[in-house]
Amino acid sequence: MKAFRSLAIAAVALTTLLAGCERPPVDMVQRGFRGTGMAQVYNPRTVDAQLALHQAPEAIPPAAPGGPAGSTIYQNVQVLGDLSVAEFTRTMVAMTAWVAPNEGCAYCHAGANFASDEKYAKVVARRMLQMTKHLNTDWKDHVAETGVTCYTCHRGQPVPAKIWFKDPGPKTAAGPAGTRAGQNAPADSVALSSLPFDPFTPFLKEESSIRVAGTTALPEGNRQSIKQTEWTYGLMMHFSDSLGVNCTYCHNSRAFSDWNQSPPQRATAWYGIRMVRDLNNAYLEPLGPTYPKERLGMTGDAPKANCSTCHQGAYKPLYGAAMAKDYPALHGAAPAKVAEKK
Amino acid sequence: MAMLSFEKKYRVRGGTLLGGDLFDFWVGPFYVGFFGITTFFFSFIGTALIFYGAATGPTWNPWQISIAPPDLSYGLALAPLQEGGLWQIITFCAIGAFGSWALREVEICRKLGIGLHVPFAFSVAIFAYVTLVVFRPLLLGAWGHGFPYGILSHLDWVSNTGYQYLHFHYNPAHMLAVTFFFTTTLALALHGALILSSTNPPKGEVVKTPEHENTFFRDTIGYSIGTLGVHRLGLFLALSAGFWSAVCIVISGPFWTRGWPEWWGWWLNLPIWR
Repeated sequence: MKAFRSLAIAAVALTTLLAGCERPPVDMVQRGFRGTGMAQVYNPRTVDAQLALHQAPEAIPPAAPGGPAGSTIYQNVQVLGDLSVAEFTRTMVAMTAWVAPNEGCAYCHAGANFASDEKYAKVVARRMLQMTKHLNTDWKDHVAETGVTCYTCHRGQPVPAKIWFKDPGPKTAAGPAGTRAGQNAPADSVALSSLPFDPFTPFLKEESSIRVAGTTALPEGNRQSIKQTEWTYGLMMHFSDSLGVNCTYCHNSRAFSDWNQSPPQRATAWYGIRMVRDLNNAYLEPLGPTYPKERLGMTGDAPKANCSTCHQGAYKPLYGAAMAKDYPALHGAAPAKVAEKK
Repeated sequence: MAMLSFEKKYRVRGGTLLGGDLFDFWVGPFYVGFFGITTFFFSFIGTALIFYGAATGPTWNPWQISIAPPDLSYGLALAPLQEGGLWQIITFCAIGAFGSWALREVEICRKLGIGLHVPFAFSVAIFAYVTLVVFRPLLLGAWGHGFPYGILSHLDWVSNTGYQYLHFHYNPAHMLAVTFFFTTTLALALHGALILSSTNPPKGEVVKTPEHENTFFRDTIGYSIGTLGVHRLGLFLALSAGFWSAVCIVISGPFWTRGWPEWWGWWLNLPIWR
């Protein structure tokens, strides 16, 4: 009887422990020399469930070559003027499918006058086209030849699912008692850890130093604090969460800072940080005055991008599907002269 | 080696699990038994293979010698000797040696007519090791999930394996294990200090009894667990530390694939404050 009771207690304890867990079998992907613990861990059932999100839509059949330039037929074509009419129309159709499939042309265009810049969405869309061209042309260090399209972020929604605003944080007591450096409140932005909940503002908008590890075996003047380290750690949690990978995807944790021991993906991520900073500062934040109030964040700032805006949980957005190559409109330098609209 | 005058009294025949009288003898102070032979056999082969692995490896620096498990691609199959096969044989030898040692302890306990607490305690350590190199690899489907045999390389493995789950301090079983490890050292420090304090009175005073020891703790925290109880507590704390260590690693991977902070979603989603 006593043995039965302890068995029952053990069974209940084990069930409780595993209640919040997953189950085998799981998939592990080795990414380093054997025995180093460099491996990615996946639950194949979770991966299957997310597969649809990471499927790229079929490319629209190519436009017939030749024909007059779009700018000769349509008015107020500031960015895509050098495309043929056919390619221009094809691009518009693709953008509608990628960004506003339910709302249609009217999401950006005001009534019958397609040339009008009356709707804010059209002004934003024009700037986004410039941004996409800039990305595919100048940030190949991160996006490589795969490039990005509107769909990489939008996935059929006018507002991408994964954007961020400056987070004023929870209300705290005044004075030193309320100074928590953004910690001790589990936040989605840092994969539910209680690390600083807004690692985006300092690292993906401003240029705060991410590197905190000393470069020498013994402490020799490295003045980075634990608190600073936790901001960095918060950003890294966001990286992992956004890409569906763990720390060993970019780092060998025996020496986080050593490039020689790091997988090459770390270099791609290094460019990614600079790329997102560039987008946030040069394209996204300046759009603030263009947006209506309901599109802005709690502190009145414009929506911004981070890793998950494109990646959305995949190590490569859309598992590396090369969509952009089918759309010439998304490549090349944007025309220098674009009318400003405030 | 000379035998102490009273030692002979305890060198009794019998109590063996295997081999009957055949291995029921002592070499110097050491009881041999069937499992003494197998302990020696497995540890000799295992150690020799580690030296062989070191000899064919890139370094003789004792800190850097490492016998790594096979690539994950070998799954649960045998790997070529130089590509993890060595690790597999050494693991087999290690488990053979540890298990033999535990069974040798059992035979000695039987000879002495005492409880099996010591082999049981040692078995928890073996359980933790076997969890790392057998149970978890079996659950994950490849021997390559075992840790490498090397002074620094196994620490690197621990570090990377922890970072596979982003923040290992959020692993609930790891929390328990760490707490038990620290509590073990606290309990041992308190116990050791107490015994030394009562057996080292000021000059000219007599050594104090357990009543003094009990009184110290009753005065301090209102309760004394007692002379026997403190050892039960010590055993419980230490074995719990080892046990929960094994649990914390076996649930990482087979039963959880994401960051450990995320596991606490169930807590954040409790209906009382959700």
